[in-house]
Amino acid sequence: MSGSPASGASLPLPVPALSVRHLSVAYNDQPALWDVTWESPPSGLVAIVGPNGAGKSTLLKAVLGLVPRLSGEVRAFGRPIAEVRRRVGYLPQRASVDWDFPATALQVVAMGRYPRVGWIRPLPRAERERARAALAEVGMAAYADRQIGQLSGGQQQRVFLARALALEADLYLMDEPFAGVDAATERAIIEVLQRLAREGRTVIAVHHDLATAPQYFAHVLLLNVRAIAAGPMATTFTPENLARTYGGRLSLLEQAVAAALGGGVPVGGATPGGPERR
Amino acid sequence: MNGALLEALLFAGGYNAAVVALGCAAFGLAAGAVGCFVLLRGRALIADAAAHATLPGVAGAFILAAAMGWDARSLPLLLAGGAVTAGLAVLVVSALTRGGRLRDDAAMALVLSIGFGLGVVLVSVVQSLAVGGQAGLKSFILGQAAGMRASDAQLIGALAALSALLVAVLFKPLAALCFDRDFAAAVGLPVRTLDLGLLALMLAVTVTGLRAVGLVLVVALMVIPAATARLATERLEVMVPLAGALGAFAAWFGVALSAALPNLPTGATIALVACGVFALALAFAPRRGALAFAWRQARLSLAVARDHALRAALEQAEAAAAPGRGAPLTWAEIGRGAGWTAWQRAVLPRWMRASGLVAQDPRRGDGVTLTPAGLAAARELTRRHRLWEHYMQAAGGLAPAAAHRLADQVEHTLPPEVAREAEAWLSRHDPGRLRPDDVGLPRPGEAIPERRG
Repeated sequence: MSGSPASGASLPLPVPALSVRHLSVAYNDQPALWDVTWESPPSGLVAIVGPNGAGKSTLLKAVLGLVPRLSGEVRAFGRPIAEVRRRVGYLPQRASVDWDFPATALQVVAMGRYPRVGWIRPLPRAERERARAALAEVGMAAYADRQIGQLSGGQQQRVFLARALALEADLYLMDEPFAGVDAATERAIIEVLQRLAREGRTVIAVHHDLATAPQYFAHVLLLNVRAIAAGPMATTFTPENLARTYGGRLSLLEQAVAAALGGGVPVGGATPGGPERR
Repeated sequence: MNGALLEALLFAGGYNAAVVALGCAAFGLAAGAVGCFVLLRGRALIADAAAHATLPGVAGAFILAAAMGWDARSLPLLLAGGAVTAGLAVLVVSALTRGGRLRDDAAMALVLSIGFGLGVVLVSVVQSLAVGGQAGLKSFILGQAAGMRASDAQLIGALAALSALLVAVLFKPLAALCFDRDFAAAVGLPVRTLDLGLLALMLAVTVTGLRAVGLVLVVALMVIPAATARLATERLEVMVPLAGALGAFAAWFGVALSAALPNLPTGATIALVACGVFALALAFAPRRGALAFAWRQARLSLAVARDHALRAALEQAEAAAAPGRGAPLTWAEIGRGAGWTAWQRAVLPRWMRASGLVAQDPRRGDGVTLTPAGLAAARELTRRHRLWEHYMQAAGGLAPAAAHRLADQVEHTLPPEVAREAEAWLSRHDPGRLRPDDVGLPRPGEAIPERRG
């Protein structure tokens, strides 16, 4: 793509969609992330897994510059994030906004088109149709003109996903896209994510359900303030690594992993709350 | 007095009064529009703190002007002074709350008290000065449109028009900021600048309103029209102009009122007019109003009573062994079977007949028979009821009586997709339970059988 280093390799090495070096973030004097160094794969679905308070959401926010970084460097597609903002999309936690806001589903999705169109001039018809298409892709076409507060939790999550799709980004950072949604919505979301992966895009998602993580995601970053382990799901999502991440609640975790990897007994959303940090 | 009010409302009180009324209306428009975003961004309290903190600035500007030998009644100078201390107050609040040192509400109450207290002290100092025009400072506290100069009103109108224009231009970025700041920041909107811009707009509106409305009540014109408009609509692009219109109306009407009743401070009359409109919206707003709410509740309880009646009628009909014998059902029996209250007995027969669910039995004056539509509705209800009974017994392990009680409560609100899910679950896990004859419903098109004599 750009600026190939003078190496003997004939093929350029694939650039990681996201790379983070020595990233630290602290709230007051509590470290939320500590010296995290990690490279995502060039494309595909990546889960960030770890206990509560492990800094998973903070990692996404620090990458996007939403919380101040204490130290460290973030690059997307090998470039500083500010230079490639157009190519990076974000799906915040559903609970982070006030759904009583006076807007329709379509208007919220249209917010995903503004970065391309400009924020001041009115949205052209073609752009509105693109927003509508994004809504249709998550099965919400019939709710375009509904006030967002009148939607169910799963429907609200689909609206958020549609807004992210409307960005047409190459790298998506998603904060718990599956949190608190019904089974139908979960299926709809995973289908969309798989489509994005097929198109060569990258989705990095905070994920809480250990049982479904290996099923949905090809790669994983295990995080607990520090990066514990990262890599392909099959070799990284092991009981030992999980135990190190969650700080040793072995029996329950091993059951969950065994069930998930073996595809046997469903664990049904077992999300063990990790021990408190420190 | 009525003549005076009418005169003021029609801008017929002379050139000066008309300009003042128009200037105040422009302020109301800007306050309503900006107020929507102030409210949606959760900035109402800080707006109030900033408004109270204008007083030391206004008084300080007065003292400065007196000391320098300038015109101490110059409105631009006094407003600039107010803006400086109000801006300072916002900075102090943000410094106090940074890093969780102090809770937001505590910081704002603190800054409000300090600002206002300091202002009152400075105003007392001004009273002791040997310059003219000290009395005018009082009007910045509670507002006094009377005696305002036309040039002052023009300044107010210009500031207000500028604020309203900025809101129109920045409409979408402001909406994105208020709805989801993190997303807006992530996709490259300069949210920090925009947040500062919104604060600046809020400050501009605050000082614009000082002379006419007064610092104590200026926040009312930002909050009340916006809250009223929110009751009336679910769309931001309607809410903002509506709040602007309501603010302009309240200001115009309030100024006229205070002109007709010269002892009333303008701020109070404007705020009370706005409150009156808010009360109307609270009562009559289409979806969020109290009447609409009561109407929905009444409709729901009527629908529940109607459903009970339909099911009771069907069950009575099922219990009757052979058709063609005995007397038809009467309203009294249906009402008893469904447990109707007195007013439901008064309303429901008419409603059910009007909606085509029941018809008069031709054989007897007070006899009632289910129409095909009523029969279909009763059958669907009964099916849902029994489905839920079965489901709760099979999946929830409930005793039949408990399952029946639960189904009675749920059948009216059971969403179709949940009913389908329960049906699918039953046919997978306990197919024996769902025998067609067990559901025991009359065949489609069949008239309601008569009771045994």
